[in-house]
Amino acid sequence: MISLKINNIPVYVEEGTTLLEAARSIGIKVPTLCHLKGISELGACRVCVVEVKGMNSLVAACEYPAREGMEVFTNTPRVLNSRKTTIELILSDHRKDCLSCERNTNCELQRLSHKYDCDSHRFAGAQREFVYDDSTDYLIRDNSKCILCRRCIAVCKRQQGVGVIGANERGFATHVACPFDMELAHTPCVGCGQCINVCPTGALQEKEEITRVQEALANPGKYVVVGYAPSVRAALAETFDMPVGTNCQGRINTALRYLGFDKVFDVNCSADFTIMEEAHELVSRIRNGGTLPMFTSCCPGWINHIQKNFPELLPNLSSCKSPQQMFGALIKHVFGKIEGIDPRDLFVVTVMPCTAKKGEKHRTFTDGFADVDAVITTRELSSLCKENGILLNELPDSEPDRPFGEYSGAGMIFGATGGVMEAALRTAVTILEPDARLAPLEFTEVRGLNGVKSAGYTVDGKQIKVAVVNGLNNVNAICEAVKRGESDYQFIEVMTCPGGCVMGGGQPIRATIVKHKAEIAAARANVLYAADKSMYTRRSHNNASLAKIYADHIGEPCGEQAHKLLHTHYQALPKYIKQ
Amino acid sequence: MDIKTLEKIRNDTFKSVGNRETHSTLEGMSFDRQVLVCGSTGCSSENSQKIRARFAELVKERGLDRIHVGQTGCFGLCAAGPVVVVYPDGTFYSHVKLEDVDEIVESHLVNNVEVQRLLYVDADGKTKPFNEIESYCRQLRHALRNCGVIDPEIIDEYIARDGYFALYKALTQMTRDEVVDVVTASGLRGRGGAGFLTGRKWKFTKDAQGEKKYVCCNADEGDPGAFMDRSVLEGDPHCVIEAMTIAAYAVGADQGYVYVRAEYPIAVQRLGIAIEQARSYGLLGKNIFGTDFNFDLEIRLGAGAFVCGEETALMTSIEGHRGEPRPRPPFPAEKGLFGKPTLLNNVETYANVAQIILHGAESYNTIGTERSKGTKVFALGGKINNTGLVEIPMGTTLKEIIYDIGGGIPNGKKFKAAQTGGPSGGCIPASYQDISIDYESLASIGSMMGSGGLIVLDEDNCMVDIAKFYLQFTVDESCGKCTPCRIGTRRLYEMLCKVTEGKATLEDLDKMEQLCYYIKDNSLCGLGQSAPNPVLSTLKYFREEYIAHVVEHRCPAGVCKALLKYEIDPTKCKGCTLCARNCPAQAISGTVREPHVIDADKCLKCGICASKCRFGAIRKV
Amino acid sequence: MKGSTLPFDGTPEQETKLRQKLNELKSTPGALMPAMQYAQELYGYLPYEVQCIIAEELDVTLSEVYGVATFYSQFSLYPKGKYKIGICLGTACYVNGSQNVYDKLQQLLGITSGECTDDRLFSLDATRCVGCCGMAPVMTVNDDVYGRIKPEDVEAILAKYRERG
Repeated sequence: MISLKINNIPVYVEEGTTLLEAARSIGIKVPTLCHLKGISELGACRVCVVEVKGMNSLVAACEYPAREGMEVFTNTPRVLNSRKTTIELILSDHRKDCLSCERNTNCELQRLSHKYDCDSHRFAGAQREFVYDDSTDYLIRDNSKCILCRRCIAVCKRQQGVGVIGANERGFATHVACPFDMELAHTPCVGCGQCINVCPTGALQEKEEITRVQEALANPGKYVVVGYAPSVRAALAETFDMPVGTNCQGRINTALRYLGFDKVFDVNCSADFTIMEEAHELVSRIRNGGTLPMFTSCCPGWINHIQKNFPELLPNLSSCKSPQQMFGALIKHVFGKIEGIDPRDLFVVTVMPCTAKKGEKHRTFTDGFADVDAVITTRELSSLCKENGILLNELPDSEPDRPFGEYSGAGMIFGATGGVMEAALRTAVTILEPDARLAPLEFTEVRGLNGVKSAGYTVDGKQIKVAVVNGLNNVNAICEAVKRGESDYQFIEVMTCPGGCVMGGGQPIRATIVKHKAEIAAARANVLYAADKSMYTRRSHNNASLAKIYADHIGEPCGEQAHKLLHTHYQALPKYIKQ
Repeated sequence: MDIKTLEKIRNDTFKSVGNRETHSTLEGMSFDRQVLVCGSTGCSSENSQKIRARFAELVKERGLDRIHVGQTGCFGLCAAGPVVVVYPDGTFYSHVKLEDVDEIVESHLVNNVEVQRLLYVDADGKTKPFNEIESYCRQLRHALRNCGVIDPEIIDEYIARDGYFALYKALTQMTRDEVVDVVTASGLRGRGGAGFLTGRKWKFTKDAQGEKKYVCCNADEGDPGAFMDRSVLEGDPHCVIEAMTIAAYAVGADQGYVYVRAEYPIAVQRLGIAIEQARSYGLLGKNIFGTDFNFDLEIRLGAGAFVCGEETALMTSIEGHRGEPRPRPPFPAEKGLFGKPTLLNNVETYANVAQIILHGAESYNTIGTERSKGTKVFALGGKINNTGLVEIPMGTTLKEIIYDIGGGIPNGKKFKAAQTGGPSGGCIPASYQDISIDYESLASIGSMMGSGGLIVLDEDNCMVDIAKFYLQFTVDESCGKCTPCRIGTRRLYEMLCKVTEGKATLEDLDKMEQLCYYIKDNSLCGLGQSAPNPVLSTLKYFREEYIAHVVEHRCPAGVCKALLKYEIDPTKCKGCTLCARNCPAQAISGTVREPHVIDADKCLKCGICASKCRFGAIRKV
Repeated sequence: MKGSTLPFDGTPEQETKLRQKLNELKSTPGALMPAMQYAQELYGYLPYEVQCIIAEELDVTLSEVYGVATFYSQFSLYPKGKYKIGICLGTACYVNGSQNVYDKLQQLLGITSGECTDDRLFSLDATRCVGCCGMAPVMTVNDDVYGRIKPEDVEAILAKYRERG
């Protein structure tokens, strides 16, 4: 233990503790901007400076280690004035259209500016000029609001292992961009949106589709159907000041109806379809000597990654569409048929915790129709509700519409890392195990927040080895092993975002200070596991609506019609495209 | 390599080259005369390589086989370059041109008559041998002891001057602790800027836990106007190699890196040759001097980033990244290059080490002042007669450097200030010219030793403009990582521009000063922390000049263009039209033989008219 | 996209040499800068294609390579021509019509400042004051200085260098 004094208060901490953490341990919050524990540790923004007795200059509390006998001051006039000046300097090179900014009232810079009573024009001077990058379907970079905390760079490289953005040029001209300042669309960006979630300002945001949704809702000629992903219900409540870990699915159903959607369905249902197809595909590959291991294909970030970086592994990828795309195909071609609505009059909207889903919506077409027409994120749904005066926290619960609103617990847990694997195992093992009573229901080994989880099961006397990967930087080593033929797994689930979809790039942005990231991930995942546990139907193949739709419209899982509606194929894509 | 061989090389080579420094000839020397041509960057840029080749060619043609033609590193008198010295008499030829070589050979080498018109004329108007020149005599060449004396591309000449004997002594007669202790006792402090006690740095690195350790040399000298490290590498590369090897032994490292500016091609080339030679002699590599000590060196080139002179940035750069500094602690001694304990010293620091080891701590700590021991090399530049490289004992006054060694200010102008420490340092006003040059004294008046650039300014220099020049440099070279340096220095620069354009207010000066202190206090690395020094020191000592710009919209030195006006004195103007014809902006009008006038709106303030006027009728106001 | 718009004209021999060197360097700690310095020596600049090869062989991201390339002032994204044309846009030259000369140069060469012609004969740079205001407007070609130049003079000057090849 080390003993030191912070503002004359004795503090005892473990060796290796930073001054930031030491101060926090006695209830003193030192502000930060560039710091992201374990991911980005630069000491660059200088907002966290503190005074250390005997040192000439101030030090950055986020990086400075506590040492025996130190005397630290976090609130002297020198410190407070320095922080104020730092923020004022940042503001002098920041486009301050705060009133109309997406991040107004949820901006770390704005909060600090307010807290330190800053004069945003005190250091007025030259500002850098930038090109606005809106080249992708899912993300907008507006560097005129970037404060160079570089958290996005760190997340992209160190957490996701993607590394398509970096610091370019130097000095005042330094800016965050792709190599050669290319447009993001021409890089191996996977679209995960994790960068948005760590951006302290409005420099990064999703490309909004609210407008198109509103237009469709206002168009009497359009029949607008909505479905929302499991993770949305685990997080939307946070944007209405409800605690992290609140399940608000009943209220979402009501809210979506208030918004005027003609049908409110649940993507949990198409997740059950995904499991039906994926489990049968896996069983068939195992029984018929198909390409193994089989990778899951629900995650669009992962699909982008494998198409650009590991094209040789495309045969390992399940040919199943994602639940979102299956949802769209089922609505346009099954629901439409049942209701007698022409697919061209149907407008399918999904609400997703994910930005990559925006890019995915036009990935698959069925009979010439894009499966999905518009994708909005959890954040966008929140904005839409707020704009329409819908007080989510005061709404009554309601049920989703049938038939695509009925689902099993297996579809529910899709949003957490390991969830797809567990859901698939619930069905696959039932198919493989001759004695159904022996098939376990819960596969808890694949749950939890570890980056790579693996488990082995004996099914019908045979060993099945599975792995679950979350956080894209963990996947490259596994892919390399598979490439070399050194992997003995049969089935591997990959989710791009650490923690899975509950922590997707479209989820509500939490200032890094609110809670430790892992705590948020666990609380949101818990919403899904708790809901699963409370359900009677917990295996996808036991979903009665699903069974009826297969019987009436699709036939066998992995059959001809199933392939037409619910499966896709992949192609290798170049990493970078030179313009 | 063993000591017998080393001694034999020393003795044999000494016989052939003699002791050039003292101009003595030895019994049985292989040459009667030696023609040494300076091969440093300064003289090379004026053809000294071709001059040397021509000498060699003629000497061979004439069959003068008792004459040796060689090259050396910097003699220090760069203003007199290209420099040729003929030993043993020490005849000192300055400003030698390629076409002069034939004459020197014919007259001096063949007929023993010195070519009078090429001889260097000292301050007192006399010509004299090299070692009697005023500015040379007053120096104490310790780090530069071999510069201008040996051929840097011939290892034997280094050995002839006791080269690698310190390494032998350290490896075979001293423990690692003893080496560290001697360096500590010598009082040697880092010559790269901050002046940290070298021995203590060595001890920290030696005591650090870790199997793998590194020794690095900072040769990324980037201050505008500084070329001390370049001169050492060009003139005496082996002294750096030997010192780094000793340091590696002391701290327990087996791999070293020299990080050199890529803008120093000659230094890089010579260092490369020297490393190869040292390897071939077994002075680098495995089992040096038969001990179990191994060490090897690699050169890494910078690529044009001043900030890489900062130690953490330098290591980040060697690791192959953008040269951005990182917060300390951890210090390099704990966690440096590739995360391993690393010792980093600058070139000049290393250049002192071998002599300290060889002759003991007392040989060094008896030179200098109480707390600043030894000597310091300075690159003299700016408004001074003897531009060049000088080495003086610590404690020498600024006045002595400028007048006795530097030969004073040209054209009878008045000495106004001296800038030390480059963009990190400050300006010392003439009123402080009796200040002793040492770490503490310089810091006490807001400047710093820095790596050793010393720029002399005279009455024609505007101090605001000088501050602006250095700030612009910092702004251009800021890495862009931390806020105070990236945005703060830029805002400071913009404020200085306002002052030089006469658009600032007195409140702006206060705001500027506050911003300076803020940047010093908050920046991540030394570059940012010291960037405001040129502004702060000029604000402190030349505030009235700032006020003149702000209040009277006047630049007292007549430098800041926005505040200048050219006027024609109608009583002096003869109406010759010369000014009007030369004005690039057609801003001057008037009838022939009538006084002309300048249209202030059109005038670009380029000053061509004033320089063309034969009647002194055009003046700056 | 930043960087040279010239078609990449690296030869297979150059690429083989580069890949060989990169393979040697791979095991060297901190190989990126030496690799880029070698590549710049080999190609004269660091175009997209070359940076891609470096990233691939050294197993670093293109972003990292480009970040380093734009951090250090000695790395260049643009080739230089055999004849480097500088046109001064400093105040004195500007008021004397150097912009017109610059426009003419751009028109005749089909390139703008910082770029290089397809045949690599000429590169063009708009510069700050070169200190010969008395000769304004001033254009330089390598070490040759042309003063008081008019747009109509440009063609003949270029022709002179074209002839030399």
